[in-house]
Amino acid sequence: MNLEVHERLLLGELLDELEGLLDDPDDPELRRLFPPAYSDRADDEQYRSLVRDQLVSGRSKALATVRETLAGETLDLEQADQWLRALNDMRLVLGTRWDVTEQLDYGKLDLNESRGRELAVYGYLSWLQEQLVEALQPS
Amino acid sequence: MSTIVAPAEVEIREPVVHEEVEYDRPWVVIVWNDPINLMSYVTLVFQKLFGFSLQKATRLMLQVHNDGKAVVSSGNREKSELDVARLHAHGLWATMQQD
Repeated sequence: MNLEVHERLLLGELLDELEGLLDDPDDPELRRLFPPAYSDRADDEQYRSLVRDQLVSGRSKALATVRETLAGETLDLEQADQWLRALNDMRLVLGTRWDVTEQLDYGKLDLNESRGRELAVYGYLSWLQEQLVEALQPS
Repeated sequence: MSTIVAPAEVEIREPVVHEEVEYDRPWVVIVWNDPINLMSYVTLVFQKLFGFSLQKATRLMLQVHNDGKAVVSSGNREKSELDVARLHAHGLWATMQQD
């Protein structure tokens, strides 16, 4: 992988943040990580109580794997899969927080504005995830 | 789906069959479009979770993208709930409902 120091720092910060957020899965910022399964409220509550702990621990495991392999040069398939899920979770949380739309034009970002910096981080995560998807695509 | 066989004893006219048909109606798992998940990632998740070919996974992903949603699996309630949970673990926006 050979990530630059500043990339590892950025990802490390995002890992810290997401790990902290996962302590409270009901946080509205995490709503895209724990979407409803049923439109019926009672059915959905039951679904949540069944799967929530498992979903949280799966996500924590993915974050831990990224942290452990952040400075590494290679990933095995399982680690790459965990990376993919962790990067996606970061994008879901940041994309929800920053209200990202499908028509995002990276060519027009102004890095002097906080919105521009936010979207640049989001764009970087998207690029990194795309590279991993390509590497994992079964031939 | 279900074939309803008329009871031999004609005097029994209570509509018991109806309830069973309701119960047997299959559940469908729907993936909804969202502005965050990458198209390539959604395709890969469909391949991985459901064993779809690249062609089929891409077709379903495009259906989600263009039509706003697609049915990706169906079956009984337990299986559908498991599929939804696996999709949620991968960050996809999935729900389930009875067909």
